[in-house]
Amino acid sequence: MAPGSMSELQLSIHHRAGDFTLQAAQTLPLQGVTALFGPSGSGKTTVLDAIAGQRDDLDSVELTVDGQCWQSATHCVPPWRRGIGYVFQDARLFPHLDVAGNLAYAEQRAFGTAPSRSEVSQWLGITELQSRPVQSLSAGQQQRVAIARALLRGPRLLLLDEPLANLDRSAASECLACLQRVARESATPMIYVSHQIEEVCAIADHLVMLDHGRVTACGPLLELASSLDTQLAMEDNAAALLDVEVGEQDAQYGLTELRVAEQSLWVSATSVRQRLRRLRIPARDVSICREPPVSSSILNVLPVTITDIRDLGPAHCLLRLGLQEQFLLARITRRSRDQLALREGDKVYAQIKSTALLGDEGP
Amino acid sequence: MSPTEWAAVGLTLRLALVSTVILMLLGTPLAWWLSRRRGLHIAFIEALVALPLVLPPTVLGFYLLIALAPDALPGQVWQQLTGDQLAFSFSALVIGSVIYSLPFVVQPLQQAFRAVPASSLAAAATLGATPADQFRSVVLPLCRRSLLVAAALGFAHTVGEFGVVLMIGGNIPGETQVLSIALYDHVEAMDYGSAHRLALGLVLFSLTLLVLLYRDRGWRLGR
Repeated sequence: MAPGSMSELQLSIHHRAGDFTLQAAQTLPLQGVTALFGPSGSGKTTVLDAIAGQRDDLDSVELTVDGQCWQSATHCVPPWRRGIGYVFQDARLFPHLDVAGNLAYAEQRAFGTAPSRSEVSQWLGITELQSRPVQSLSAGQQQRVAIARALLRGPRLLLLDEPLANLDRSAASECLACLQRVARESATPMIYVSHQIEEVCAIADHLVMLDHGRVTACGPLLELASSLDTQLAMEDNAAALLDVEVGEQDAQYGLTELRVAEQSLWVSATSVRQRLRRLRIPARDVSICREPPVSSSILNVLPVTITDIRDLGPAHCLLRLGLQEQFLLARITRRSRDQLALREGDKVYAQIKSTALLGDEGP
Repeated sequence: MSPTEWAAVGLTLRLALVSTVILMLLGTPLAWWLSRRRGLHIAFIEALVALPLVLPPTVLGFYLLIALAPDALPGQVWQQLTGDQLAFSFSALVIGSVIYSLPFVVQPLQQAFRAVPASSLAAAATLGATPADQFRSVVLPLCRRSLLVAAALGFAHTVGEFGVVLMIGGNIPGETQVLSIALYDHVEAMDYGSAHRLALGLVLFSLTLLVLLYRDRGWRLGR
């Protein structure tokens, strides 16, 4: 495959087990991070296992990767020849090998060119752990070693099955930050299964939503997150995502400037390392004014255009607000909408009460 | 000790060593195969393997004696291939020992192999390990203690074997007379002094081997 050319995975899967039917025909981009998102029991892991070749009991699977047939009715490439990396919910490190031995296991069986062990260990913060027996590691450390091991195989595709599900909060956020670093630094495309929307928002570029064994939406994450047509917008924790550029730091007040659409947002953060970051703005934290507010405690006010209005039950409605190429969501009461006489196409001001950079490692 | 007794010691050790090597080569794949499958035919094969545990050795020896005789098919094939008679030979002792000690090797291995989690093998497969590679790089190292136990039990059990050997090997000094049979001869001849020497020797040998085996029992799978 020529560098830069878009490669893809085509999957068609059908499986019945009791009253559960999984039926999906989907093309996934093999670039960046694709999240398979949905509630428990929606068939996410089955899809992932079908890609990995871990299930031989499925009714029918047709799988083509980069134009190469991995599975059809008559043909099946065994899992060890698929050139994938798989990060399981439980780390599954080999207990008879230490950390370095587990990493070497993958290196000895490398499929493609992998980054160096020292580089991968640095991304995942496991440089100091090399000679430790795996039983002495915490759950978070074990999972980070498992991710490193999968990467050192030099896979053409990395599959992750809820890698943070078994970790406590702080270990999970540490692990997520490592995964963001991996997504940024390595060229390996990933398919990431999760039922946590915050996790998905922090890491994914592309989103496939599954529910009851069917694909309900799919597309670039930023588009889907601010679309009013998916189930996401109807949830209580609906939020828009903005890609922002990190600007000045205000050390005196502990704030950092984020630039989006020639506007500035200020968030409470210092020493933000990367230049480009993703911001998640919950719809319930955005309110609307007709005029630019004067003498308000709210720091962040952006001029926006209302592109869409959708009712959410009797009391509330959801507004989609255009900010050049990107979008915000605002959840307000229907009464406010009528009092302000808000209509699609109106130019208004969005006040943002709180924002958070995604996947911050803290100070 | 007399030269005949020394010959019996040498023969016993040689028989145990050769049998153990063959037992491990046969028993390991058999135990792996049995550990990964279920069903009536598997139960039947497991029962066949376990039969020497419950049958009197003389029953096994009797059937083997008939099978290995020059006028039976296996005995004839052997004679065609090697030119030697099979019954009352060292090779017959090896065949008898392997069958007789098979459950002592297969059963601990089968249990150990069953304890290897399928999830570890799945992880190895995603890391590029073929099934043979998974067996070599994951299963064998995880079960190394059970392999040692199986080999030691097979060895010790062969050293202690009597009935089968008596039936198919006879009692030819230097050729098929193993320790347990030499001991039997001494008792028959009322030579209790010599019998004591051999009996005590066997007790001490077996005890030492078992103590060595049980010494580090704390070592378990994955620890």
